[in-house]
Amino acid sequence: MGQFLQQLINGLTIGSFYALIALGYTMVYGVLKLINFAHGDLFMLGAYVGLVTLMGLVVNMGMSASLLVLLAIFLIVMVVIALVGIVLERVAYRPLYRAGRLPPVVSALGAAIFIQNAVMLLYGARYRTYPEEFKAIVPEVIWTVGGARISLMQVVMLAIAFVLMAGLYIFVQYTRVGTAMRAVSLDHDIARLMGIDVYRIIALVFIIGPALGAAGGVMVGLFYGRIYFTLGWGYGLKAFTAAILGGIGNIPGAMIGGLLLGVIEALATGFVSDAWKNAIAFVVLILILIWRPTGLLGERVVEKL
Amino acid sequence: MNAMKKIKGQFSRLQGLSERRKNLIIALLALLFPPFTHLLLGMGANRWTQVANFFFIYASLGLSLNIILGYAGLFQLGHAAFYAIGAYTTAVLSTKLGIPILLLLPLSGLVAAIFAILISRPILHLRGDYLCIVTIGFGEIVRIALRNDASSLAFLGKIPGLSGFAEKVSGLVITGGPNGIFGISRPSLFGFTLRQQWHYYYLFLVFVALTVFAMRRLENSRLGRAWACIREDELAAEAMGIDTVQMKLLAFAVGAAWAGVTGGLYASWITVIAPESFSFWESVIMFCIVVLGGTGSIPGVLVGAAGMVVLPELLRQVLLNIQQWRMLLFGAAMVLMMVFRPQGLWPSRRVRLGMEEEESLAAS
Amino acid sequence: MALLEVSDLTKNFGGLTAVSHLDFHIDEGDILGMIGPNGAGKTTVFNLITGIYPPNSGEIRFNGGSLLGLKPHSITERGIARTFQTIRVFPNLTVMENVMAGRHCRTRAGLMGAIVRPQSQQQEEVSILQEVERHLRFMHLWPYRDELAKNLPYGDQRRLEIARALATDPRLLILDEPAAGLNEQEGRQLMDLIGQIRTSGITIFLIEHDMKVVMGVSDRIVVLDNGEKIAAGTPAEVQTNPRVIEAYLGREE
Repeated sequence: MGQFLQQLINGLTIGSFYALIALGYTMVYGVLKLINFAHGDLFMLGAYVGLVTLMGLVVNMGMSASLLVLLAIFLIVMVVIALVGIVLERVAYRPLYRAGRLPPVVSALGAAIFIQNAVMLLYGARYRTYPEEFKAIVPEVIWTVGGARISLMQVVMLAIAFVLMAGLYIFVQYTRVGTAMRAVSLDHDIARLMGIDVYRIIALVFIIGPALGAAGGVMVGLFYGRIYFTLGWGYGLKAFTAAILGGIGNIPGAMIGGLLLGVIEALATGFVSDAWKNAIAFVVLILILIWRPTGLLGERVVEKL
Repeated sequence: MNAMKKIKGQFSRLQGLSERRKNLIIALLALLFPPFTHLLLGMGANRWTQVANFFFIYASLGLSLNIILGYAGLFQLGHAAFYAIGAYTTAVLSTKLGIPILLLLPLSGLVAAIFAILISRPILHLRGDYLCIVTIGFGEIVRIALRNDASSLAFLGKIPGLSGFAEKVSGLVITGGPNGIFGISRPSLFGFTLRQQWHYYYLFLVFVALTVFAMRRLENSRLGRAWACIREDELAAEAMGIDTVQMKLLAFAVGAAWAGVTGGLYASWITVIAPESFSFWESVIMFCIVVLGGTGSIPGVLVGAAGMVVLPELLRQVLLNIQQWRMLLFGAAMVLMMVFRPQGLWPSRRVRLGMEEEESLAAS
Repeated sequence: MALLEVSDLTKNFGGLTAVSHLDFHIDEGDILGMIGPNGAGKTTVFNLITGIYPPNSGEIRFNGGSLLGLKPHSITERGIARTFQTIRVFPNLTVMENVMAGRHCRTRAGLMGAIVRPQSQQQEEVSILQEVERHLRFMHLWPYRDELAKNLPYGDQRRLEIARALATDPRLLILDEPAAGLNEQEGRQLMDLIGQIRTSGITIFLIEHDMKVVMGVSDRIVVLDNGEKIAAGTPAEVQTNPRVIEAYLGREE
């Protein structure tokens, strides 16, 4: 029981990272029906920009590590990566909206390779560590609950993820712009007829998605303390899996899919075999898709004749 | 014969003129490549013959993926799985049982095809992007399985009744884990064993030529037409009497078989294989070869393979001092290529026909 | 003898009943028209017969055998071909290739045939082209055989769909609003062609929204409203049926 609880908590923590990244995939897919394969690398870039910002603020400018600094770092990283997201959309995707399904995928893969190698050139091929100073922001406190150990860091991570996801959900469901976003994801032409500036909504999606992914990047850096330039490949694939699991294009689906995938992985590690955990995650995904071909919350597509 | 002429006449707009002469020139150039580079570069020619061999391997992989992605329009992004299965079939059976490579090649194709049929049957009803992640998933599962080897399955012993299985499996070495398999034997015929790069060059050349020949015929056949219909409108194809499930399975099986044979060739050429030679990245390269070259176009896939294999090598030679910029430029080139030529470098005649007509419509 | 026999056919979508306890039959060589207001369930009946949806209950028999549980392609193979209400030609294939698709289920060449091209496969290809030419000439599409289907005008695309369906050698041809979107002259020409198809021995079942078109060409008519059959008979009988006038004509005018 204790081990189960422990793996559940570990799984939810990793799952919250997946969920934050998955939101970027699912939002872009929702409005463009495009898989942004470069999204994982925006997440990775977020982790590096987080590191640089931290070094700048705490190490170079001598600010004491505090919750306020943490907030500032998140804000700066999210803004920077959102800008990169906008540039990416402009350069690599917008010219291809009418080119069919496959060319944007290759363009996205090219952009992913570009970002990865740019980071490698700038920061080196070896892994980088988040400095010790950072640990002071979230003190190392560990509680034991029912035989499972929960660290304050895990609680903080889950809290940040929860706040960001709740914020996004409220934004999409209850604001005018959020409603416009949902309209665009249903039908571009009709949304345009309703007076919605579709390109602005697309740009907005490329701001919010990468910003959330970047927040996930900082969180992974904080949590594991070490980052490397190929980080985006693995996490990106996992998050994309999570988005599909929940039903791609569906925002709550991405959140649930991410958490679920994290838990499946953790349970597989704890109870089956660490070496097979990724394979098990994919097997579960495939079984779920055989059972529900459009994911857990994905809409059933009824073809009109 | 008159009838065949008539058939050709019907497709006149989908087939080029004086193909024969062009093909002859290409064949001649291809045959003369090794001696010519040797004359020009001396010992340095070996490097370029090796690059040419890589080109052949990827051209053949691209052509095999083109059946699934280009002809049938199925979003396959895990093609490395079939390549890996072929390579490992050849590697395992050649090192463990000493079966000659030339016998193993068709067997590798068969094993890959059977595997493809088994895994794709339950997922064929998935739509585009869902199919994409599932194929990625299969690619990863295969790579992980090869990496973990049979002994890692010992955890199954925890299941009641399987404890005997765990014991049997725990010492078993089949795939060699992360280190892979080395010492794979080389193909030999009538006592002559292929050793040099240029030996393999001619073997691969013949194989790719055969592949191109078969693909062209396949494309213009009853099966090729059925795949085209499925790609265009699956429901209408089904309503016109095309068994879409069977045809999609066939596309997967044929594509997988060809990738499997290519895997066997690769294993017998390199003689050392490891799971990382068949990662997601390999699937990405194959995917890009097809789309960058021109989805559904045989010459396009060849050009795409040249772009993805030969171009980085040329960049390596040119950018001596800024080696590390190579992949950065490569990524940027992929984006630019798609932005400026979304139809690919050498689009299929069908795509070109569509574009010409659109242009003339726009002009009038 | 009835070629197609539908009995007690019911289909629900969620809580909505699209087709309810429907009975009707088509005699060999006849033209049966099905009319009804929008949303009466006409297209659903087509989709049930052609196997695109499974019915909730009821029976569909064609040429003596049940069609239930068969996939659309094997229903086509048994001799039922259809067109779609919203045109579904293969847009990026040529006119010729579109019609060749219809020959798929009547030909056999497989992988070896495609690659080795033995004599039998070559003969098969020739027979395909001969059939395709016949259907294209009949539908007045021969001059456009090398055009991409998407570039044809609307009316030609409708005829192309019929040519493609005819290429499957059907005994029963199902046409879903074939005259929709055509002008009056095109509509008349099409009805003329439909008459000729019947003369060649093919039974026809058509849905039409436009009463005038159906009345002129059909031998018998079934009227559907809210998924239920409210009348059936000759055009003259149906036209004077008070329930039809109330449900259909009265509502529309």
